Amino acid sequence: MTAPAPPTPDRRIVVVTAGLSKPSSTRMLADRLASATADALAAQGDQASVNVIELRDHAHAVVDATLTGFPSGALADALAAVATADALIAVTPLFTTTYSGLFKSFIDIIDPDALRGTPVLLGATGGTARHSLAVEYSMRPLFTYLRADVVTTSVFAATDDWSDGGVLAGADAVNPLPARIDRAARDLADRVQSRPARADSAAARDNEGVGGDTSTRSITPRPGETTDFSATPSFADLIAQTGVTA
Amino acid sequence: MQFGIFSVSDVTTDPTTGHTPDDTERVKVMLTIAQHADQAGLDVFATGEHHNPPFVASSPTTMLGYLAGVTNNIILSTATTLITTNDPVRIAEEYAMLQVIADGRMDLMLGRGNTGPVYPWFGQDIRTGVPLAIENYALLRRLWTEDVVDWQGRFRTPLQGFTATPRPLDGVPPFVWHGSIRTPEIAEQAAHYGDGFLHNNLFWPMEHTAKMVHYYRQRFEHYGHGRADQAIVGLGGQVFVRPNSQDAVREFRPYFDVAPVYGYGPSLEDFSAQTPLTVGSPQQVIDRYGTFVDKVGYYQRQMFLIDHAGLPLKTVLEQIDILAADIIPELRRIVEAKRPAADIPLNPPTHAERVAADKAAGQHHQAHVGAVGDPYTGHRVEDHPSLAYRSQHDEQAQ
Repeated sequence: MTAPAPPTPDRRIVVVTAGLSKPSSTRMLADRLASATADALAAQGDQASVNVIELRDHAHAVVDATLTGFPSGALADALAAVATADALIAVTPLFTTTYSGLFKSFIDIIDPDALRGTPVLLGATGGTARHSLAVEYSMRPLFTYLRADVVTTSVFAATDDWSDGGVLAGADAVNPLPARIDRAARDLADRVQSRPARADSAAARDNEGVGGDTSTRSITPRPGETTDFSATPSFADLIAQTGVTA
Repeated sequence: MQFGIFSVSDVTTDPTTGHTPDDTERVKVMLTIAQHADQAGLDVFATGEHHNPPFVASSPTTMLGYLAGVTNNIILSTATTLITTNDPVRIAEEYAMLQVIADGRMDLMLGRGNTGPVYPWFGQDIRTGVPLAIENYALLRRLWTEDVVDWQGRFRTPLQGFTATPRPLDGVPPFVWHGSIRTPEIAEQAAHYGDGFLHNNLFWPMEHTAKMVHYYRQRFEHYGHGRADQAIVGLGGQVFVRPNSQDAVREFRPYFDVAPVYGYGPSLEDFSAQTPLTVGSPQQVIDRYGTFVDKVGYYQRQMFLIDHAGLPLKTVLEQIDILAADIIPELRRIVEAKRPAADIPLNPPTHAERVAADKAAGQHHQAHVGAVGDPYTGHRVEDHPSLAYRSQHDEQAQ
């Protein structure tokens, strides 16, 4: 009897985490969301790989890219991974009522079309639960603007949520963090499974919606850009956008 | 291959001395640089066009017209002429005038311009930049190739019976390049017309440049202008050179670190690794720039940015001398030896070559209109359907 072949990952989960300390509670939350999502996918027969992008590792490159207009090296790879993900888990600490500056700077260099239709799960960390709605009023509009498919459940973890079973006074004993993580992960897994695997579908997505209004084109090359610009409109298409009659 | 220099015309404080040129000084410095480049034997001088400080080069044809009179051999060009915010009628007139004054020793590169506020100052919108470039150039070509133009478009007031003067030299318009960094639509436009395509890869990795050039070449062939490897390609570049590599780095770093655009960003070393910027000895420049033909195919024009970031005039003139004496002859020998076939153009077409090509193709454009027409408009009534109609109508009425 031969051993079964190891399952090949057929869903790619990409995790973007903007925690600044090491270790960070933001990374902890990101890891738990990722493993819970992988588990939820596995329970329904889908194998998933997890690619964690620690923005701290790219901090200088992110600033350089905003100044020079192009991403370099590992940052370019990270942007390509985000653009080709089957699911994105985005987790940031909340600073001064909103996502961190590093998190936003990274989002700013993502191509505006890169996340279109991508299932996204939002997570955030903060000192107290009084900040929890920042996920809804700051993070969610950001991804809605990018036309991502943001799952309705998001997860906010306050410091007290990391206590064991709600021993600390502030922890939520009725709906503890692990239960909230599982619920969000199941939502994300359901959303992922309602779509075909992306495989290497970046090229396919690049065929949508290029041309016309270029005002929202980002300062970076399109992640996963195909080498032949096959989505570029022909000259006949270009002249049709003008007032020139043939 | 042609080798030249292009200037963005920035007024920038020299960080090592604190000296800031005023606009007059900066303009005059550009004139000196261009004349020095001509005397040193460089092939091309190109000026940018900008309509916002800290840039002074707002009026390329005024500058190039003067230079046409005080230089002998250097080709005068632009980097870029704004095809979006300029009236194409004025481009047709101004550059035909320059072409006549310069005896054809000029060409021009069209670009859209990436400074948002400039567009509304000229009544336009950056979000329509691509259609503007497409439409305006379609009109510009007609103004140069057709003596009498009726026109209606989306962006400009209509024209009825308009003739742009002077007519192009020998009836052949200037050679046109299209410059774009990340918009393949412009490569498509250049390919459609069989014009040149210049990728100004100052701030971009060579892989990206190679993709854009490859796309242009494919489309050039698609539109029947020749094989992909025969398309006319130019690249941007940036160097700072001293005989000793360490001296070059030491001298250039204070300028790099605070330069407009990339200052306060990546280190000189990182930026040099990621872009064509080469700071070092002449041999380092030769070694690096000698490999670009391997990545984009044989190309016809290499431009260098050497005049920016507050570098003093004396230093810029020294850079021209080093380029002319210690880099270009050897670099040209290396890259031209890599030209894969003799029917790939060695250089961009000259005016004389374009005139000969037009004649060979049986095309002939009048260099002057009006000899047999209305002395005020140059028209003959029968050239012009609407006037002919009116004339007929008048006759019937009589």
